[in-house]
Amino acid sequence: MVVLSITAVKDGIDDMKRHKNDNQVNNRSVLVLMNGRAVVKFQSRHTGIQCSFSYRIVTDKWMNIQVGDIIKLENNQLVTADILLLSSSEPYSLTYIETAELDGETNLKVKQAISVTSDMEDNLKLLSAFDGEVRCESPNNRLDRFTGTLTYKGKNYILNHDRLIFRGCVIRNTDWCYGLVVFTGKWRKLQCSPVPSVTVVIDDNNHGPDTKVMQNGGKSAFKRTHIDHLMNVLVLWIFLFLCGMCFILAIGHYIWENKKGYYFRDFLPWKEYVSSSVVSSVLIFWSYFIILNTMVPISLYVSVEIIRLGNSFYINWDRKMFYELKNTPAQARTTTLNEELGQVKYVFSDKTGTLTRNIMTFSKCSINGKFYGIWDSDEQNLKLATGHSGELECKEGKKGLPGSAQLVSYGMDLFQKTEKVDFSYNRLADPKFSFYDKTLVEAVKRGDRWVHLFFVSLSLCHTVIPEEKVEGELVYQAQSPDEGALVTAARNFGFVFRSRTSETIMVVEMGETRIYKLLAILDFNNVRKRMSVIVRTPENRVMLFCKGADTILCQLLHPSCRSLRDVTMEHLDDFASDGLRTLMVAYRELDNAFFQDWSRKHSEAFLSLEDRENKISIVYEEIEKDLMLLGATAIEDKLQDGVPETIITLSQAKIKIWVLTGDKQETAVNIAYACNIFDDEMDGMFIVEGEDNETVWQELRSAREKMKPQSLLESDPIDDYLTTKPRIPFKIPEEVPSGNYGLVINGYSLAHALEGNLELELLQTACMCKGVICCRMTPLQKAQVVELVKRYKKVVTLAIGDGANDVSMIKGIKQALWLRSFWGFFAAAHIGVGISGQEGMQAMLNSDFAFSQFCYLQRLLLVHGRWSYNRMCKFLSYFFYKNFAFTLVHFWYAFYSGFSAQTVYDTWFITFYNLVYTSLPVLGLSLFDQDVNETWSLRFPELYEPGQHNLYFNKKEFVKCLVHGIYSSLVLFFIPMGTIHNSVRTDGKEISDYQSFSTIVQTSLLCVVTMQIALETTYWTMISHIFTWGSLGFYFCILFFLYSDGLCLMFPNVFQLLGVARNTLDWPQVWLSVVLSMVLCMLPVIGYHFLKPLFWPVRVDKVIDRIHHCMSHPLPPRIRTRLKHAGSRRSAYAFSHKQGFGALITSGKTLKAKFPKKNSFPFKK
Amino acid sequence: MTWSATARGAHQPDNTAFTQQRLPAWQPLLSASIALPLFFCAGLAFIGLGLGLYYSSNGIKELEYDYTGDLGTSNCSVCAAAGQGRSPPPRCSCAWYFSLPELFQGPVYLYYELTNFYQNYRRYGVSRDDEQLSGLPSALRHPANECAPYQLSAAGLPIAPCGAIANSLFNDSFSLWHQRRAGGPYVEVPLDRTGIAWWTDYHVKFRNPPLVNGSLALAFQGTAPPPNWHRPVYDLSTDPNNTGFINQDFVVWMRTAALPTFRKLYARIRQGNYSTGLPRGAYRVNITYNYPVRAFGGHKLIIFSSISWMGGKNPFLGIAYLVVGSLCILMGFVMLVVYIRYQDQNDEDEDEE
Repeated sequence: MVVLSITAVKDGIDDMKRHKNDNQVNNRSVLVLMNGRAVVKFQSRHTGIQCSFSYRIVTDKWMNIQVGDIIKLENNQLVTADILLLSSSEPYSLTYIETAELDGETNLKVKQAISVTSDMEDNLKLLSAFDGEVRCESPNNRLDRFTGTLTYKGKNYILNHDRLIFRGCVIRNTDWCYGLVVFTGKWRKLQCSPVPSVTVVIDDNNHGPDTKVMQNGGKSAFKRTHIDHLMNVLVLWIFLFLCGMCFILAIGHYIWENKKGYYFRDFLPWKEYVSSSVVSSVLIFWSYFIILNTMVPISLYVSVEIIRLGNSFYINWDRKMFYELKNTPAQARTTTLNEELGQVKYVFSDKTGTLTRNIMTFSKCSINGKFYGIWDSDEQNLKLATGHSGELECKEGKKGLPGSAQLVSYGMDLFQKTEKVDFSYNRLADPKFSFYDKTLVEAVKRGDRWVHLFFVSLSLCHTVIPEEKVEGELVYQAQSPDEGALVTAARNFGFVFRSRTSETIMVVEMGETRIYKLLAILDFNNVRKRMSVIVRTPENRVMLFCKGADTILCQLLHPSCRSLRDVTMEHLDDFASDGLRTLMVAYRELDNAFFQDWSRKHSEAFLSLEDRENKISIVYEEIEKDLMLLGATAIEDKLQDGVPETIITLSQAKIKIWVLTGDKQETAVNIAYACNIFDDEMDGMFIVEGEDNETVWQELRSAREKMKPQSLLESDPIDDYLTTKPRIPFKIPEEVPSGNYGLVINGYSLAHALEGNLELELLQTACMCKGVICCRMTPLQKAQVVELVKRYKKVVTLAIGDGANDVSMIKGIKQALWLRSFWGFFAAAHIGVGISGQEGMQAMLNSDFAFSQFCYLQRLLLVHGRWSYNRMCKFLSYFFYKNFAFTLVHFWYAFYSGFSAQTVYDTWFITFYNLVYTSLPVLGLSLFDQDVNETWSLRFPELYEPGQHNLYFNKKEFVKCLVHGIYSSLVLFFIPMGTIHNSVRTDGKEISDYQSFSTIVQTSLLCVVTMQIALETTYWTMISHIFTWGSLGFYFCILFFLYSDGLCLMFPNVFQLLGVARNTLDWPQVWLSVVLSMVLCMLPVIGYHFLKPLFWPVRVDKVIDRIHHCMSHPLPPRIRTRLKHAGSRRSAYAFSHKQGFGALITSGKTLKAKFPKKNSFPFKK
Repeated sequence: MTWSATARGAHQPDNTAFTQQRLPAWQPLLSASIALPLFFCAGLAFIGLGLGLYYSSNGIKELEYDYTGDLGTSNCSVCAAAGQGRSPPPRCSCAWYFSLPELFQGPVYLYYELTNFYQNYRRYGVSRDDEQLSGLPSALRHPANECAPYQLSAAGLPIAPCGAIANSLFNDSFSLWHQRRAGGPYVEVPLDRTGIAWWTDYHVKFRNPPLVNGSLALAFQGTAPPPNWHRPVYDLSTDPNNTGFINQDFVVWMRTAALPTFRKLYARIRQGNYSTGLPRGAYRVNITYNYPVRAFGGHKLIIFSSISWMGGKNPFLGIAYLVVGSLCILMGFVMLVVYIRYQDQNDEDEDEE
């Protein structure tokens, strides 16, 4: 009962919280345009309000929004329904949105309303008269696709996903926009609305019009650990075992009653209702059921909860998981999953904000063959020295070792040598930007021509949109953060990109404002992997600036800069080997006439209707050649502290790490290399990017063939599975590939791969790889992948992520919506870990565990998880053992007491055994025990492996407990029995009475289980001593108290064992028997513990041996292995996957009147 | 939870050994250097103890005689046959003759032993009222329900002492006669029938109800004796300190045995010439044969036993200690051999690595 009520209360609180969150979202206010229909709705709730509210904007709650409503969204507002954009405050009805919650990307995306509706602007009259009809596909979970048509005034307009703002986005940089609600979370009957002015027709009416995010949200589920499942199974087993025993005893009783009891009736008549021995044996069955039910450990559930709670508190209390900068301790938000932390086999990690800090920094560059920035080795040391506490905590284990102090002092020297560059000469510099190489600033100040040109090109060649609300406070809105980083770098070095119009770019160059005329933007796309701008300088020179992937760009260079190219390429190799994202920058001065000619071709190509894309790219290629190399940039996608180290440690612990990211492939792969998920020693990397089932299948097959050729030849268990389709859940066996491989899979391919039979193929292939990167994932896909692994691998999975990436949009408002989407990811995995980093608490609120640095994960898993798991296993083994040893004695006694359901122990002992005598020692064991301390746990991640295979507590271990318990109960019964059989004390009075026997068995039992726990305990704290020996001492106190004269005389029928303790325990043979029982019970255990590692050595035993060896011998200082990538890989280029704003900026439409008002700075001519 | 506006480090967990799981601890290790000597030492100690126990147990003399009277095996078979199928069995006497060639070293204790008698049967064991036995007048009049069917007599009077245990009180009696010289007269050996119950039972646990007008019989007025009894409980003995609920035979019987074969102390022989033991000569035990056991296949035995420092004769512990001690040493050797072999092997493995 207690167990149930505790669980109920806990679940109740959880539910309440969730409801609260939901309510908060549902009750959030929104501005609704009230037209005829809306007013009707409005009046029904607030009677007495006049119809004159027509054409007004009214505040309403989100929950009341219906499909077909027109709503007004304002800047920084969260969108909670899928909305068709009608018009906005920005030119061309552009609306900037942030989709951080959906795909984790923080850069802004642009949505544009279709022209017919954008003309309505904020004219309420027009808007409320809008009576279009939208036909669209049923809600689905693809965030990158939407098809529909708008019928308005008899014309059809095609709608695509550029017109739709998804639920979960946040409006940015847009004062207002109007939208038509297409999907809400709830299904409402469209027919209900009287006189629909706007009709939304959804093709498939079987589906409720759920929003895309809801479809992407996944379900939350009550989480239970593997151990919980196992426990339930075992309890069932025990129950069956119990029934079996009772049955045997009932039969025994039947026989006994027939042979003896029947004739014994002179002395002991049967009860009047017992007519035959059959009836009697039926009664006995139930009597034994009651007596032996102590074997079914009810209190186990309570104890397990207590232990988990205790171990959760340890996580909360851990100072080494406390992040000082953010003032956030780690938090175990769920107290039911602790031991699962010690069994994690797969970690699914988000990228942005989890592995990376989501900060791009311009860290190095090479200009005209000269390298700027600090060398990697110095940087490493610098990091070590200046690393704040969090970082040092992550490198725990090296702390306190000789040598580290030296390193720090060395680092300090270095730090003084290379302090941050002072940008105070530049009024417009971004204070957050830091750079460590003074020589570059000196070069800028000196007026080095190449350096200047380099920065000019950086400040011109991009599609960033600046925002300057307060003068001097520039904020750049970039399609990709890399671009933002480059422009920011240029800005800080004195080449400030200040504002742009569609035809001009204003740059403040070293304090001097210069207006460049923007002639063309040759925008980025994925094939070109480069972008260029053509500008007319104030000196009336036509210049082309180009930046792009080095592989592409170096083919377009002018032959004259070959030597420069070689030098730059060397630098690029260095950059790439440090895991930096690189770009090459080049320029070309154009002949005016040539440009005019090209420009004509360009506009021709642009206006052509057929094959436009191709023609344009041909035109682009014409001008992007014979480039003069300027240099290269290196951008660091800053990893969180200690990420590579953590990942190395985790992979040593045989934990597989999959990165699931909404980010683009290049970035993801780059990060994977940077944080050691992939390394250069890998035998190969497979990229799956097929667009249809067949290619994806081919790609997966060929990957598998390469990894393990025989696996395809062997009769494939999976094929068998697929052909037979058995009901039982299928477990895919672990396969060992022929080497280290990596797999990169694309969101689009994944959509195919997750369908039908391919998912097993995918899983088989992916699980053989060392690392798996899934990019461009929707939240639902993340959950699907996790689910897939969970379903077929039957291992513990952990999802880690930070969720939203922007704190400002979340501040103050809890977002149940977002929570749901994230919850899906977490709920799918066994364990969800939230990083409560820069972005506030939201990930935390839904996670099971939360902390602020990725590197704490290793501590969470390897230290807390391992301990929790080990403790839980020890606890369970011991708990089952002690209950078996306790209960089974009754079974043996039955054979000597006529199967009469006679208990061996005094009723008080039965009551107190689990509750008082043995509860504290086992709690002490499961709260304080550590087989090796945290330093060793982290130093030898191999120690983690047993948990993954659940070696310490499984059915086999349980059977061992059972056998051990049976053995102990035999000893505990027969040794005292032999001792008291026909025995008398030294005064000749007999001692073989039932009460003395009970006392002896009780005492022996308690001594034996106490010794057993003493053997199990490897870490004897003061508290363990007190608990263990104290409980034993307490037993004797209680014993003497319960058997004391006073108590027994007061309640003779309740306390019947008057004087037994005195009379029994002063007899030396009792103690001899207790010692004998103890030794007999201990001997096999000690022998087993001793011989097992010798006969069946496991790797862990060796490791522990080594640790013990190390503990007795001082350690040699550990030499830090530097994380260095061999410089063979160079795929990293820094660009957004999508096309930039180029087309928008230079689009044929002329500048609207309000454009300068909003976004640009008044020109100084 | 509010996270904002807190001083840096405000949420920092306490740095205590407890919260950081750094409590100072003793970490014992089960290494070969501990386990092996432990086994050998324990083995030797056990063998030593076992030998001591075994020999002291063997030094104890026991003389036992089964007087159940099956198939004419003894003088009591007549009584046994007479009692067959009759309830209550008629009074009958028989005797057991034995001679001691030498002094039976004292102090000597006389026990009776019953076999196949399930005093530990649950319903039997609970069929008593400890309140009644502790002299509570209310319980005397209203015996506990556990006593049923020996709670109330046929006449509806409360039974005192109630319950199956009391009802089945062992009612055979023995007297010991010694013939010093062959053909000489048998002299009765004084049997001390007091001090055979536990001190606590006799003095604390069992109490007579308060006397009415100085008479125990009046105190028990309005109660009925158990159906099998011939005498009321206040008439068990003439000695006022040994009658009623504190009759020592009764007290001994009420301490139910743990096992179906059990011994109970009948008398101590420690008076007069017999304080040092039973001298050599011929002896006769007169047995009043009342107690029926043959119906359920039980046996009745009479036992003379001496006592050593460790109590009565019980070779079990001695043998068990010897066995366990030998096991310890054997296992110690096995472990030593295994350890040496595998240690070498492991070392080789490590060298290979």
